[in-house]
This record gives sequence, structure tokens and C-alpha cells, in this order.
Amino acid sequence: MLPLLISHLSIVSSIGAGQSATLSALRSGTSGLRACGFETVALPTYVGQVEALDACELPKALAAFDCRNNRLAEMALGQDGFRDAVAAAVAKHGARRIGLFLGTSTSGILQAELAYRARDATTGALPADFDYRRTHNTGSLAAYLRQRLGIAGVSFVVSCACASTAKVFGSAARMIEAGLCDAAVVGGADSLCLTTLYGFHALALNAPGPCRPFDEARDGISIGEAGGFALLEKSQEVHGRDDVLLLGVGESNDAYHMSSPHPEGIGATLAMQRALTAARLVPADIDYINLHGTATRVGDAAEDLAVSALFDNRPPCSSTKGQTGHTLGAAGIVEAIVSVLAIRHGLLPGSAHTETVDPSFSSRYQLVSEPARIDTVLSNSFGFGGGNCSLIFGRTR
Amino acid sequence: MQVFVEGIGIIAPGLDGWSAARFVLAGRAPYENQPVRPPPVELLPPAERRRAGLTVRLAIAAGIEALRQAARDPADMAMVFTASGGDGETIHEILSVLSTEQREVSPTRFHNSVHNAPSGYWAVATGSRAPSTSLSAYDRSFVAGLLEATAQATVQNRPVTLIAYDVPYPDPLHAARPIGSLFGMALVLAPRGSDRVLAAVTVAAADTESPATRMADAELERLRLGNPAARGLPLLAAIARGDEGTIHLDGIDIAVLPA
Repeated sequence: MLPLLISHLSIVSSIGAGQSATLSALRSGTSGLRACGFETVALPTYVGQVEALDACELPKALAAFDCRNNRLAEMALGQDGFRDAVAAAVAKHGARRIGLFLGTSTSGILQAELAYRARDATTGALPADFDYRRTHNTGSLAAYLRQRLGIAGVSFVVSCACASTAKVFGSAARMIEAGLCDAAVVGGADSLCLTTLYGFHALALNAPGPCRPFDEARDGISIGEAGGFALLEKSQEVHGRDDVLLLGVGESNDAYHMSSPHPEGIGATLAMQRALTAARLVPADIDYINLHGTATRVGDAAEDLAVSALFDNRPPCSSTKGQTGHTLGAAGIVEAIVSVLAIRHGLLPGSAHTETVDPSFSSRYQLVSEPARIDTVLSNSFGFGGGNCSLIFGRTR
Repeated sequence: MQVFVEGIGIIAPGLDGWSAARFVLAGRAPYENQPVRPPPVELLPPAERRRAGLTVRLAIAAGIEALRQAARDPADMAMVFTASGGDGETIHEILSVLSTEQREVSPTRFHNSVHNAPSGYWAVATGSRAPSTSLSAYDRSFVAGLLEATAQATVQNRPVTLIAYDVPYPDPLHAARPIGSLFGMALVLAPRGSDRVLAAVTVAAADTESPATRMADAELERLRLGNPAARGLPLLAAIARGDEGTIHLDGIDIAVLPA
């Protein structure tokens, strides 16, 4: 595929708002996971919650979009001059030439959860102020950003569970290559809600404490929330020595089960291979792998097998979910941004809360963050429904 | 972007299968609004077959019909699924349970609630490990899916199957998002022409905002407006008529050239 320049980034998660706060948390290994006190949830689990979200306000003209998920998006848009960067791209290319490809898994479903609690006692009707289209609907995030950023090009939401905001990079790359747009905003948001907290509880996948990716004693996930965006532009238009490019996207399906990964990681291997092929790279070119690593028994074991089978060179790898939690539909963009920060700032990210790597694993797991020159990173995101996506980012040469 | 339609699948009230529906859509047979039930997915193992919700059965039935017509193997077919929302009954059940004190969500309902559930079941049913994506853009979901599928076929030079579907929500969500009746359709889109092509289709961003092409029949027009996936009906009608012409959907123009 044609490489694309990652020209601007913005991020908010439980470890901080903005690139600088995120980078310093990645360096120190600070975790954003705390005992769950979200809303009325009574579950013995930890979450990565963005505390400042309650105070975040949408612009008055767009108040109908108000919900936790769009607030998270709004807060992310406000970081690192991202909105101004998009405005400059709109001025340069024209609003109709900018694409918008965003991911979420649960969108603003929290609004529907609250509305169901407030149903009319006699008629069962939802409260009149419940705005399905602008909050609960999966497409709401793209509709909000379209208006907020004044973008008029192709726009939609990709909702492929936990691979959503990795797969948006693939859609953007294809649309730009097909000539439908000159630049694209990708990323998305996924916010805490009862559906995922109680849903993963029903599957017995929530860890009682902070999640411990790749640990021999790992016992499940910690759900987190995050929002993040990247502005992608054609790489020949901007040249800088230390710019970072999107080099490859690889997508696959497990064809195995709705909520369990293929035990040998066949789909994961295919996604990584396809990303390498798209980037015209070989495994030895990868300096660091940001793993999906959600800290489930089965998922981590399958990913270890897949990584070990494909990478003879044993590059260092780690999951950063011990810090951010598993931000579900936002995991792809969060870890894409971690990957870009690792290249730009010479950082090999470690793994908060992981103490003893599972002795049956063969991959070279990085426990503690350390400085290192990193030129090329592969980032994995796998989701319910067996959808897998691997992204490769690299420095311009 | 030009692509070639090799197969079509359709399931909707009064439009059960392309071989009969094409006469109705061409205006050569009357439209009769009759309820339709998507069949169980025979390709799924029994446990998965029982768990599959309405959107899964609808999407898979439409997709399989289109692929059979195109004589393409689903096992290596890239897929684009598009829908405004998820499985209505599943979402309603989860929201209802979450409003009770116990909040005991069913694990099967939870994994069925993801927007990409039809894609996941499709992969299990067909054994396909090819790339698959699932999109949403409210009432513009069909256009989003068509653009993604067309771009994939063009850029990656491979056939892609698009499946658009949506089902009604039960009350009380139905009042907040009224969807008239279920609607599912599928298109097998190839990057090159062949002897099995039904029509060549050229998709482009519209230079001016033309009003969307309507269905001539009032009942079919009601169907088109009542379900986001049915916004693709004018394209199917143009192919069924075998006329050369251009139709307008939300923000795009589609030039249709019969085979």
C-alpha cells in the first residue's frame, strides 16, 4: 500500500490527556486502573476511567450529541492542537476532500441504558429527551465529528468490536488510494457503559484486580475508556526526517468463534503477515510489537503462539493495557498512538502490573519501559466476532 | 470507480430472492407486501445456528444468495457489512436486563450485541479468513458500505461482497428509531468484467446535491424510506430494468450500464 503520513495526533485515556502526559505515563509505567466506581456499577473489577469527562461540554450548537462517548471524542479533539490541524487540512484540500473514518463499539449506548431505567411506568415509553440518532446510534460519532470539524467528505463508523479503531486505518488508506479523499481523520472513542462491564462479567472475563497482560497469574481484562485521533495525509506532500508513516494494514478473520480467539492464533498470524506484505517488510524489520494482550488466559496464549511462530527475530513486545485498560473499540487508535510515540521518542514501552511472564510463553516480553531506538512497530488489535487487524508504523528514511 | 455486479441477494417483505424480486423491481410484476422470514443458517454448527439472531440470519441469507448467483466461493471473499444499528431484539433485551436490579446479562446476548455479529457468524459459517468490516452511518449506511466495497474492489483488485441489512427495534426503542420492516440485500462486486456480470456500476462523489432517486411504486418507495438498507433499492431497480442511466443516492452518483 501507499504509505501515509501521520501528520497530527490527539489522545485521551485514563493515563492522561494529550501526547505529553501519555508519553510520560508510558515512560514511568503509571497505570490509570482503579477499583470500579463507575455510575451505579457494583462489580468487583478495575477500570481505566477518564475522570475529567464529567466536566467536558460539547459546543452549545451540538448539545443534542451530548453523551459520554461524544464527550470523550470532544476532549480528545481538544488535545495537541488537533482541531486546528484539521482546520488547516480542510482549508488546504477542501472540506469535501477530507474523509472521516472512526471506530467505536458501544457508541453512546449509556444514554439508552439510562433511558431504559427512566421508562414511563405506565406506557413503558423512553424519556422524550432521549436522542437515539445523536447518541446511541453507532454512526453518532462520525455525525458529531463531521459537524464539529466541518468535514464534508466520505464518512462512516467502523464497528468491529475491539478491532474497530485499527481497521479505520485500512478504510482511510483505501479511500485515499482510490482518490475519494486527499486526507483523512481516523480514530474514535469508546466509553464506559453498563453493557460492556456487565457483559464481560457474564463471560467471566473481568479481572478482580488490575489486569496483568502475559503474566502467569493473569485473570482477565480491565475495561478502560479512551478517545484518540490521527490525521493521515499523502506522504509525498510533507517530508520531515523523523516523520512517522503508516506503512501497512493487515486484516483477517478467525472463522472460529464469536467471543473466543482461535487457540493457535491462526487469524492473528494472518493479520500480521498481511500487514507485513502490505508494508513490503519482513519480520526482521519489526523493532517492537505492541500486543493486543488483554490479559485473558486464552487470548494472551494464542497471541504468544502467533507472534512466536512468525517472528524468528524475537523483537521485544508488550501490551500497554495494564496502564490504559482494554479500551475496547478505542484500543486500536490508543495503541497506534503508543506505537508512534515509541518511534518518535525512542521508547520501548513496558507492561504495568505484569510481574512474572507466563513461563510457557516464547515471545520476548518487555516488563519495564526503557529508552531504545525504534524505527518500525507492529500493533495488534483483535476483536469479538474473530476480526483481527495489525498495523505497521515506521520512521521516514 | 467502476465495478461489476456479479450477483445480487435480497430479502424483504414481498421481495424474497432476486429471481422473483427483479420482475417486481423492473415494474413487470406487481409488488405485494408479504412478510418474510430469513431461514436458519444451515452452514452454521447447531449451537451457533440456535444462537444466531435475526440480523445474522438476514445478512447471511442475502450474502449466500448473491455469491451462489456469482458462482464465487465465500471462503476467500472479502466482506463489507453495513447497517445503521445492531440486532434490535438483542439490544432491547440487554437494555431491559440492565434496568433491573440483578443486571444478569446473558453471555450469548452480549456477544450477539456487537455491530459485527453478522460478520463473525459469516466467518464461522463459511470458514472464510478473508478481511471483513462492519460499518454504520445511520441512514447513509448503504452509501458508506457501497463506497467501502467499491474502493476495496478497485484498490485491492479483488472481488468484494457488500451486505446491507437493518431490522426494526421492539418498543420502546422503536419509537425513538422507527424502522419499518426488515431489509437485507447483497451485491458481489468484481473489479473486472466477465460473462457473469449483470451490470457495470460507476460510483462517484456527487458534484451537486441531487435529490435521491425514488422508487416509482408508492409501496416500494415506503419500503425504501422505512429501512436504511433499502436506500439501495433504486440501484437494484436500475439493474433489474436493464436500462442505462444514473441514479443518485445520498452524496453519490451511480452510473449503471447493463451487461
